[in-house]
Amino acid sequence: MPEADVVEPWNDPGATPLIRIEGVSKRFGEFTAIDDISIDIYGQEFFALLGPSGCGKTTLMRMLAGFETPSDGRITLDGQDMAGVAPNKRHVNMMFQSYALFPHLSVWENIAFGLKRDGRDKGKIAARVDEMLKLTQLEKFARRKPHQISGGQRQRVALARALAKAPKLLLLDEPLGALDKKLRQDTQFELMDIQERTGTTFVIVTHDQEEAMTVASRVAVMDHGQLVQVDTPERIYEQPNSVYVADFIGDVNLIEGRAVVSDNTVELAWAEGRPAIAGQSVGTLANGDAATFAIRPEKIAISRDEPTERNRVQGKILDIGYLGNLSTYHVQLPEGPVITCEVGNRSRVSRRDFTWEDEVWLSWSDTAGLVLGS
Amino acid sequence: MRRMSAFNVVSLTLGFAFLYIPMVILVVYSFNASKLVTVWAGFSTKWYGELIRNEAFLDAAWVTVKVGVLSSTFATVLGTMAAYVMVRRGSFRGRTLFSGMIYAPLVMPEVITGLSLLLLFIAIGLDRGVLTIVLAHTTFSMCYVSVVVSSRLVSFDRSLEEAALDLGCTPFQGFRLVTLPIIAPAVLAGWLLAFTLSLDDLVIASFTAGPSATTLPIKIFSSVRLGVSPEINALSTIIIGLVVSGVIVASLVSKHRIAARSAEERAAID
Ligand SMILES: Nc1ncnc2c1ncn2[C@@H]1O[C@H](COP(=O)(O)OP(=O)(O)O)[C@@H](O)[C@H]1O
Ligand SMILES: [Mg+2]
Repeated sequence: MPEADVVEPWNDPGATPLIRIEGVSKRFGEFTAIDDISIDIYGQEFFALLGPSGCGKTTLMRMLAGFETPSDGRITLDGQDMAGVAPNKRHVNMMFQSYALFPHLSVWENIAFGLKRDGRDKGKIAARVDEMLKLTQLEKFARRKPHQISGGQRQRVALARALAKAPKLLLLDEPLGALDKKLRQDTQFELMDIQERTGTTFVIVTHDQEEAMTVASRVAVMDHGQLVQVDTPERIYEQPNSVYVADFIGDVNLIEGRAVVSDNTVELAWAEGRPAIAGQSVGTLANGDAATFAIRPEKIAISRDEPTERNRVQGKILDIGYLGNLSTYHVQLPEGPVITCEVGNRSRVSRRDFTWEDEVWLSWSDTAGLVLGS
Repeated sequence: MRRMSAFNVVSLTLGFAFLYIPMVILVVYSFNASKLVTVWAGFSTKWYGELIRNEAFLDAAWVTVKVGVLSSTFATVLGTMAAYVMVRRGSFRGRTLFSGMIYAPLVMPEVITGLSLLLLFIAIGLDRGVLTIVLAHTTFSMCYVSVVVSSRLVSFDRSLEEAALDLGCTPFQGFRLVTLPIIAPAVLAGWLLAFTLSLDDLVIASFTAGPSATTLPIKIFSSVRLGVSPEINALSTIIIGLVVSGVIVASLVSKHRIAARSAEERAAID
C-alpha cells in the first residue's frame, strides 16, 4: 500500500539503491554466520538490522565496512563493487559498539582524526570539527580525554567522529547499548534528528526491537544468519510474515491449530468443538496445514457480557497487571491457552471492571489477527 | 594499623638481611681508607677519586652504556614488530613454530647462545668489538621485549585499530598513530628490560667481546680474579646508587600518574 505523501524508495521500481547486498554469505570455517542475504538500502534511509545476539548483525555490518570479506555474493556501494576495496578506501564510517575512542587523544583530536588523514588544510579541519562538536553538543568537552567524560558523552564523540568525514553511509553497531534506559530514549530521538539534518544513510544494528521500531525507516529482522523480513516498522508490527517475527516484535498471543481454507477466507481450527477463529492469512496455506493464529493484546476487547463478534472466547481472569497507562489481563481459556489483552486506562479514577477469577469474554474483529504458517 | 606479630617481624628482618647485608658490606668498604678490603682503616673517599682517573674502567663503562642503548633500541624495534605480527596476524602457516622459535632463546643456556654467536662471528669474519656485542645483546634481549609487548597487545582493544582504518589510515599509519602511542608504556618497559639485561650480561659479552672493547661486567669480573680492590667496591656503590635512584624515580612517576588519572576521572563524573 504505497502512500503518495511519504517517500518510500523501496516501493519505487525506478529508484537505485545506495547499497546492494546480493546473495551474500559469510562462513567462518564450518560455521555459517550469514546465509545468502540480499537487501537493497536506499540513500538517506535509517535502516535497522534487528535480531537476537549472535544472529550475524555485526558480521553483516563489518562486511559493509570492509573488515570482513563475503564468502559468497556481492556488495555494491553507489554502483561500485566493494570487493577488494580496503576499509580506509570506502566512503563508509562506522561507530563501534565499544565506541573505540582513541584514549591518548582529546575529544577534539578524536573527531579531527579522520579529517587529517584526508590531508585537508588546517582551517577546514578546525571548522568541520567545531561543526561536529556543535551538532553533538560537545563544545565544552573538546579538550578533555575520553576517560574524562561520561558514557553518554563518549557515545556522542564516537558519533561525531564517524560523521565528521561526511560518509555516504554510516554504520552504527548497537550505538546505545551502553546507555541507561532514559538516556537511550533521548539519544534515539537525537540520532533521528542528526540523521535527518545531515541526510546521511544510517544502518543501525540493534537487538532491541523498540529501538529499531523507533528510529528506523525500515527494519530487517534476522535469525541465525538469515533474513526473515524486511519492512517498515508498521508493517513488521502489523503484518509479520512469520511466527518468529510476530513473536520477536512486541507482545503477541499465539494460538496453534490447523488451517481451514475456504474460497477467500482462512480460519484456524484451534480446539475440538469450538468454532474456528478468523484472521488475515499470510502466505499460502492449504486446508489442514499446521498454522498459528497471532493477535496483539491491544486488539482484543474484554467484556462481561457475551459479545456479538464472531471471534469470541470465554475464560477466567488469571492475573491483572496495572502498568499505569494501561492494564493487562491474562485470561485462562478452558481449552488451555492463556490470552493476554490490554486495555487503556482512560479516566484517572477508573472503577475496576474486572477482578481475579471473573468469567469474561474476549473478542476481536476478523482483520485483527493473522493466520501464519507454522 | 595493627601491630605485626613477632613471627612477621622476624621473617621480615631475616628476609631483608639476607637480601641486603652483602650490599651494605660492599658499600661500607668502598669508603675504607685501607687498600686491604677486609680491614677497616677509617673513612675515606679516595677510591672514588682513583676510579675517576682509571681510564680502563671509564672506557669499559662507556662501552657498556653504548652497547646497552644500541642493543636495547634494536631489540625493542625487532621485538615489537615480532610481537605485533604474532598477536595480530591471527593464524598463518607455521605460526606455532615461529612463536616457539621467538621464545626459545629465553630458555636457552647463555653459554650456548654466546658460543653459537661467537662461531657465527668467526665464520663470517666479523672482528669482535662493540658491534658484535650489540648484535649479540640484540639477539637475546629481543625475545624479552617481544614477551612484554605481546602481553600488552593481547589485551589491546582491536577495534581501536579498526577505527583507525575506518577513518582512513593505512595499516602502517594506524600502527604509528594509534597502536604505538597506546602501547608505548609496554614498549618502554621492554626497552628498559633489554637495557638492564644488557648491562647485566657477563656470559654472552665475554664470548663476543674482543680486545678492542670490554664491558664493565667483564672488566669487574676479570679484575676481581686478581683480588678484590676497593676501587671495584666504589664502582659497585656508584652502580647501586644509580639503580636505586632509577627505581625511586620510576615509582614516584607512576604514583603521580595514577593519582593524576584518578583525579581526572573523578572530574569526569560531574
Ligand atoms: N571472526 C569470527 N570467527 C568465528 N566466528 C565468528 C567470527 N565473528 C563472528 N563469529 C560468529 O558469528 C556469529 C554472529 O556473530 P555476530 O555477527 O557478532 O552476531 P551479533 O552481532 O548479531 O550478535 C556468532 O555466532 C559468532 O560467534
Ligand atoms: Mg554484535
